[in-house]
Amino acid sequence: MTPFFALLGRDLRLSVREGGGAALALGFFALVATLVPLGVGPDLVLLSKVGGGILWVGAVLAALLSLDRLFQADYEDGSLDLIAVSPLSLEAAAAAKIAAHWLSTGLPLTLLSPLLALMFGLPLAASLMLFLSLLVGTPVVSAVGAIGASLILGLRRGGLLLPLIMLPLLTPAVIFGAGTVSAALNGMPNGAFEILAAFSFAGTLLSPFVAAAGVRLNLAG
Amino acid sequence: MITSLTAEKLTVQRGSRRLVEGLSFTVKAGQALALEGANGAGKTSLLRLIAGFLPAAAGKVTLRDGATDICEPEERGKHIGWLGHHDALKASFTVSEQLAFFGKLYGRPLRPEERLALLDEVGLTRQAELPCRYLSAGQRRRLALARLLLTARPLWLLDEPFAALDIAGKALVGRLIARHCGQGGIVLAATHEPLGLGNESLRL
Repeated sequence: MTPFFALLGRDLRLSVREGGGAALALGFFALVATLVPLGVGPDLVLLSKVGGGILWVGAVLAALLSLDRLFQADYEDGSLDLIAVSPLSLEAAAAAKIAAHWLSTGLPLTLLSPLLALMFGLPLAASLMLFLSLLVGTPVVSAVGAIGASLILGLRRGGLLLPLIMLPLLTPAVIFGAGTVSAALNGMPNGAFEILAAFSFAGTLLSPFVAAAGVRLNLAG
Repeated sequence: MITSLTAEKLTVQRGSRRLVEGLSFTVKAGQALALEGANGAGKTSLLRLIAGFLPAAAGKVTLRDGATDICEPEERGKHIGWLGHHDALKASFTVSEQLAFFGKLYGRPLRPEERLALLDEVGLTRQAELPCRYLSAGQRRRLALARLLLTARPLWLLDEPFAALDIAGKALVGRLIARHCGQGGIVLAATHEPLGLGNESLRL
């Protein structure tokens, strides 16, 4: 397990020192959540209706900001070659990087979300469900994002391509994440949370294998 | 214990371009082989193929481990000490942190005195706590050499090991290669400069 945690720890440290980590994602998320109520106007009924969806979209986009460099930085400076011949398999390396990305973006975004939910006038129950849905759903954003990141490794402006590849794959997370919040708003259980959890679980579990295949493809390129 | 590295009728291809065709060679434990050739002849690609990053278009590479043959590229990778064209250093990490990370990644956590000994070996003792962004190209290369020693792998694949190094640095590379071979290791180096006396070379 040491090699796994070594890579995880290094990526966390890099995200703090070289930017592109929690601070950037949190700032972006907070700005989106501030701008939308300003644009829509002070209609709390309307805002609380759309709040879940907007905060979910905002969180996904914020997590996306730093995803393009997930493998690319290591690819460009040659670290990926050294990781590839290390005792750590590429699958485990991808899992470590996904975990580090989630800890440095998904988790802080989740922790900030109840505060931002205030701006949309979400009641406490809905706010709690937003928090829970992000806690359960953001890992799959990092994991599926890693697949996209592994595919754009060798491309100069790959960061622009990344959202196009991964956002369609993440629609279930946004639909059922926002659905979880509206279920809490209406007081009518709709099973969205369970589906979100299942999607996140399966997606997070399978993604390291796909991302490792993408990395292999690019190392050979 | 790795006893030999054999390439049989190897064809190296990048995209649709064939760089090397029908190459065969054997390097035994304790030997160093210099890969020579003009720029673009396929030296780096051949090293990447042996490391298992690039699939062989034809032919095969075998690493002999005592009585067993290792043919599977990813399995082979676990015996390789890689010194690539890039130094693989993070600008915000200090020299010590860099080594500590790779030590853990390769399952060989370093004690502080071991780290100092390694840095002393490559002449970076005074830079131990300096972030890598302040290192010169030659110092970065020296740190990459320390990492190569740290990984303690039997088969060294070196891409331009002398690049950016001063005279003392080049002598250091020569000494390290000689010592590694003396301990029964194998060295394959893509280079434009002689590796040292008594080493064979292969022209691509």
